[in-house]
Amino acid sequence: MDLFSEYGTILIILAGAFGFFMAWGVGANDVANAMGTSVGSKALTIKQAILIAMVFEFAGAYLAGGEVTSTIRKGIVDSEIFTNSPDLLVFGMLSALLAAGTWLMIASFMGWPVSTTHSIVGAIVGFAAVGVSVDAVNWSKVSTIVASWVVSPVIAGTISFALFRSVQTLILVHDDPFVRAKKYAPLYMFAVGFLMAMVTILKGLKHVFKDIGMSLSFSESIVWSAMFGILVAMLGSYLLSKVKRDLVLEEKNRFANVERVFAVLMIFTACSMAFAHGSNDVANAVGPLAAVVNVVNSGGVILAKSTMPSWILLLGGAGIVFGLATYGFKVMGTIGRKITELTPSRGFAAELGAAATVVFASGTGLPISTTHTLVGAVLGVGLARGIGALNLKMIGSIFLSWVVTLPAGAGLSILFFFFFKGVFG
Amino acid sequence: MDFSNSISNLFGKSPIRPLQEHMSLVVNCASHLESFFEAVIADQWDKASEIFDLVASNENEADDLKKQFRLNMPKSLFMPVSRADLLGILAQQDNIANITKDVCGIVLGRKMNIPNTLQSDFIGYVKSAIETCEKARKAIEELDELLETGFTGQEVKFVKKLIRELDAQEQKVDKKERKLRQRLFKIEAEIPPVNVMFLYNVIDNIGEVADVAEQIGNQLELLLAK
Repeated sequence: MDLFSEYGTILIILAGAFGFFMAWGVGANDVANAMGTSVGSKALTIKQAILIAMVFEFAGAYLAGGEVTSTIRKGIVDSEIFTNSPDLLVFGMLSALLAAGTWLMIASFMGWPVSTTHSIVGAIVGFAAVGVSVDAVNWSKVSTIVASWVVSPVIAGTISFALFRSVQTLILVHDDPFVRAKKYAPLYMFAVGFLMAMVTILKGLKHVFKDIGMSLSFSESIVWSAMFGILVAMLGSYLLSKVKRDLVLEEKNRFANVERVFAVLMIFTACSMAFAHGSNDVANAVGPLAAVVNVVNSGGVILAKSTMPSWILLLGGAGIVFGLATYGFKVMGTIGRKITELTPSRGFAAELGAAATVVFASGTGLPISTTHTLVGAVLGVGLARGIGALNLKMIGSIFLSWVVTLPAGAGLSILFFFFFKGVFG
Repeated sequence: MDFSNSISNLFGKSPIRPLQEHMSLVVNCASHLESFFEAVIADQWDKASEIFDLVASNENEADDLKKQFRLNMPKSLFMPVSRADLLGILAQQDNIANITKDVCGIVLGRKMNIPNTLQSDFIGYVKSAIETCEKARKAIEELDELLETGFTGQEVKFVKKLIRELDAQEQKVDKKERKLRQRLFKIEAEIPPVNVMFLYNVIDNIGEVADVAEQIGNQLELLLAK
């Protein structure tokens, strides 16, 4: 097509810029939510949280971000409709990126509840349904995604509830919780390592393995993941051996030293949280970008099966890190200061529950909201009588985020869509 | 930027610490009773009046804390303990300060005399009433540890033990009250009737302080039961 030979480079650069902008927004705002619990419970300093976030967000995006990216890229819209008009798909994805990015900016400045995931999904559905045709949206997939927004906080809450209950029965109810905490903490660390390795092997490294002509069966994957988990647990045990009982602290609160053990554990769950977040949320930025690059590079042919250039995931990861470095640390500080009631023994349960849910969703290719999932997880711990006071108004604000963000993203996206169509078409 | 979607909005202010602060304030207020009555017995009314001012300012402060506490307890808060139970405990705690102030006020206003033969028993009675408040405070101090364990296990047993001690202490106060009343009864004919009436009243009120302290323990037990 003429459009792509003439404007191809410009379109790709535009998409790259918008994608980076979007990734910046994720890094500036979303990551702080994911990591704020660790900072608030004083398990990590802001500096440590940023460092962990940079490494593991990037790792999550690069190693396990593929499935969600492909959902955003070609799962929400019906590719067949666009076979004869690939230009519309390109304009649409560009508008979706710009719309979601703009909306996030506006909403953040106004202090409205926003979710990156909801913005981008709303924007894509918007341009496809209104700009092209209602049939251009893969409604069954969209309804699965929307259902996952309801289900994910519930699942995370259930896991966190169970985790905290296990902490109670294994550690807290006993005479000497400090000794028992040291004994059982590596078990949870193993779970963290196993989880991350499993998702990475099953989803992220699939392509790498294929390239080097290697394949792992499911049981082999389990073995490798377990070995990685044991490695993580050993590292954790080493760190735990440095936590000595401080009797001065116990005078004020008999559980002060137990919490110090959990603070070590929380370093690991913070890593898993950042990994999970990277694996799910980077797709919001790079999914549409991947779609644009794909169409332009093939000269207008929408390939059903195509490999995604790795530079796209790298760009997304870099955008998140950049957002963290420029703005995210400030937000993280604010959030961390506000969360003072969360102790590491609860924070860890909430984080691990949320991370497990998000990573699982990433593996299935479902774009969900990390923040909402974490809220569900925290409520789960609260239901186990773990947290002093939770403000249930937050649930209302989540609901609002759905009602407001979806149409807003869609509306802006439609606007930009006709604008691009007018400029390039 | 204000991030109202941030996870931090999920966390309300835990009511536990403010409740404990309120408790230690009112127990501190009640503990002035001892030095107050010592001053009364020694006929040092200036000193007694100073102590009364302390008690009054403590009571005022406790009132402020109580109001703040209530303002920070919207119905949308989700807590591991029932809101009504917490507010009930708070009201009882506040009563300790209120009754203390009333007692001191009456004694100071009427420049009441404690009969010589009753004096040592009276101070002992006041001391054990204060001790009851102390024991209740100790139990309330365990609330954050209770929260830490999620209201389970050894910690619950420990708090139940504290509450049993509190109950025992209150019974001691009861015994002393009966004894004191009997001794007052024996000499009441020698004292002007209105003064006798107020003496009984003061003894009653001090017993009430201990009673309220015990009730705090009982309400705490209700929290554990759920």
